[in-house]
Amino acid sequence: MDFGFKLSPSSAVNLDTVDRRRYDRLVQLVPDACTCIGCGSCSATCTSASWTGMSVRKVLLGLQRGRDAEVDNMLSGCMLCGKCTMVCPRGINTRQLILTLCRLDKNGEVVR
Amino acid sequence: MIYQGKQKIWADYQKEIPDDHWFYVRSCIRQNFFPASEKYFLKICRDLLGRDIYESEHHTTCAGIAYHCDTIPQETAMTVVARQFALMTEAGYDNLVTSCITSFGNYTEILETWREFPELEAKIREHLWKACRREFNKPKYVAHASDLVYKLRGEIAERAKYHLVSRATGEPLRIVEHIGCHYSKMFPHKGVGGAEYPCVLSGMAESWGGQIIDYPERRHCCGFGFRQYFVQANRGYSVSNTHKKFESMEPFHPDAIITNCPGCPYFLDRWQYVIAEQTGKTYGRNGYGIPVLTYEELAGLVLGVDPWDLGLQVHQVAVEPLLDKIGIPYDPARKYLGMNEKEIMKPGLPSVLKCC
Amino acid sequence: MVNRQPVIAVIGAGIAGLEAARQLAALGYKPVLIEKSGTTGGHVAQWNRLFPDMTPAADVIEPLRAQTAGIKTLLGTEISAINRLKDEYNIVLSDGSSLLCQAVLFATGFRLFDASKKEEYGYGIYDHVITNRDLERWFNTREDRRIQQPKAVGFVHCVGSRDLKAGNTQCSKVCCITAIKQAIEMKEEFPDAEVYCFYMDLRLFGKKYEDFYIKAQRDHGIHFIRGRVSEVGEAIDGRVVVKAEDTLSGRPVKVTLDLLVLMAGILCNPDALRYARDTGVAVDDDGFLKSRDNLAAITESSRPGIFFAGACTGAKTVPETLAEARSAALAIHQYFSNRA
Repeated sequence: MDFGFKLSPSSAVNLDTVDRRRYDRLVQLVPDACTCIGCGSCSATCTSASWTGMSVRKVLLGLQRGRDAEVDNMLSGCMLCGKCTMVCPRGINTRQLILTLCRLDKNGEVVR
Repeated sequence: MIYQGKQKIWADYQKEIPDDHWFYVRSCIRQNFFPASEKYFLKICRDLLGRDIYESEHHTTCAGIAYHCDTIPQETAMTVVARQFALMTEAGYDNLVTSCITSFGNYTEILETWREFPELEAKIREHLWKACRREFNKPKYVAHASDLVYKLRGEIAERAKYHLVSRATGEPLRIVEHIGCHYSKMFPHKGVGGAEYPCVLSGMAESWGGQIIDYPERRHCCGFGFRQYFVQANRGYSVSNTHKKFESMEPFHPDAIITNCPGCPYFLDRWQYVIAEQTGKTYGRNGYGIPVLTYEELAGLVLGVDPWDLGLQVHQVAVEPLLDKIGIPYDPARKYLGMNEKEIMKPGLPSVLKCC
Repeated sequence: MVNRQPVIAVIGAGIAGLEAARQLAALGYKPVLIEKSGTTGGHVAQWNRLFPDMTPAADVIEPLRAQTAGIKTLLGTEISAINRLKDEYNIVLSDGSSLLCQAVLFATGFRLFDASKKEEYGYGIYDHVITNRDLERWFNTREDRRIQQPKAVGFVHCVGSRDLKAGNTQCSKVCCITAIKQAIEMKEEFPDAEVYCFYMDLRLFGKKYEDFYIKAQRDHGIHFIRGRVSEVGEAIDGRVVVKAEDTLSGRPVKVTLDLLVLMAGILCNPDALRYARDTGVAVDDDGFLKSRDNLAAITESSRPGIFFAGACTGAKTVPETLAEARSAALAIHQYFSNRA
């Protein structure tokens, strides 16, 4: 029956069921990835952020909150220029992080 | 769950509820949704327990709905409320008891606002005088009708014909209590038991033999939300909140839900049909829903009032499984007979939610 | 050693009181330690290990106890009243006796915020909600039926701190680092458990604190979620369901935990407020005792002969408290030197 309205999808993240396999694998391969403090320096300096929505900060957060589609979308905007690596106060090798991530599927398997 | 911890909090949130002599104001909508609830509140208090409850045919809406929908300013609502106070004063009463939770919140909010800003009270007195030449005293006590039933719960228990236990097993029924948001979320100290662990309904259910279940989304709003429900395009938000509550209470297998707000039981009851149509899911046993009752209906059942006299036939969710579980007799043939035994027509049956 | 006459009452035999008494005795004074409880060492003695080097608390307490062994210490003694005389104070004790002293040092410490006041967290109601102090006690005793092989543990920062509604706007300073310390300890204890810290800001100001944080992230995989827990409920299996917002992604998060640890904040000891009234010492806007000057004279009150050390003027770490205790002893020494 069409009521003219339906259940709204929830934006809440359920940490009990969220799939973090890709993130966990990334952390194995690039251990510094988990030292991100969400300061946003990477996104602020990113060449493509303003045009594509790319943000290393959001990529790392999205991986931990089960938002793989958004992560892949952001990654496709990266130009690998390396500015984010230069500004990261935690010294995270974001270039290596991005390249590693591109090789992982959503189950955390190395596919490329 | 540490029950003593809750008792400690309840002790901090006890409010004074005078025993007798109340001026009663009805809800705008409850007589349509739950046609016998207010009637049985009065019958129980007056005829059974001998209390003096007065009501005036001149009282109107408290304007709470319009205020919460942002269609009138608060000063207008205040003047309307001032008029009810004038009716109360003219009738010689000091204690005001409201049927509606939003009214209770509205009266309480207005009195608290006047306490903080006496100049506003003076202005409203002037408005009222100009509008209808009336004057008023502020009530000494404002209670919600569920406060009063909470206070009288022991007297009701003494006269109980049925208890909230399974006739077959003797086990207490598992009761979900749902408190209207405007009961104590605005002013926790004005509600029995406060806002986080209110005991106004759980106190009733427990003294009538039931067992309260405390599920994670217990505090969540039913989803009515005035502007969410009244605009069709927004109703998805409303039903989603109700859905969230049912998903959260599902593992506890509640036998019934008891409520003290006009809107909550309506939405908790009717949305079960919509959720079933949209998702194919029902939350009671064997394809039925979970019956949702007002506290007056529950009190009526406990006291042995005929379920159809209590208006339970207008609920969406069938109450028969609950009646059978307690062992309350009912005549299926009389379900849709109204006053004077006249047919009031049978509703169509939903495709998913099982109804009798 | 010079044998100096003035008697100095040191109220409280926690680390501030012990250290100050030790220094005063070394300067030749006669400190008298007055302690309400039956033992010395205060809160720190009930702690298990201390940040950032995981030093056993006993390593701080035991030397202090040994070095103050010769000092007159009145245990299990409460103060009924303090009377202000000319140049002196008369302290009426719970055993009916009184102590005449020429200076009083408040080393009254703090009171942990009563976590049950944040009703939405359900401390004292839900079976698996505990406080920082309860967890520290468990590290010491291994006895707490609420801690049973947890698979998921959460820490809530700022419980009763930075909370205007709870009547305490202050940052309690030590909770961020304590939460990280306890999170690491839980992860070491239960390596398979997921550990979450719910924080508003991480305030890691002290020596090596940030390194400790990096270690928690990198070596222990502790999840830090920037968002304050808004409410806690109980699931059918008794576990707790925690709601917060992940403010960095702007989405609500929900997680089911076997154990939730509330980082109860630091309040001024209410006894200190009573003594302050007796002696005419002012209370600062933050609810702690008011120093003569919050920059240059934190250990001095505005009344002659009344001094402060430690958490009576605000939340402090162990090294800050010890340094302040020494500073207070010197301030007292100067006070008497100027009078002589």
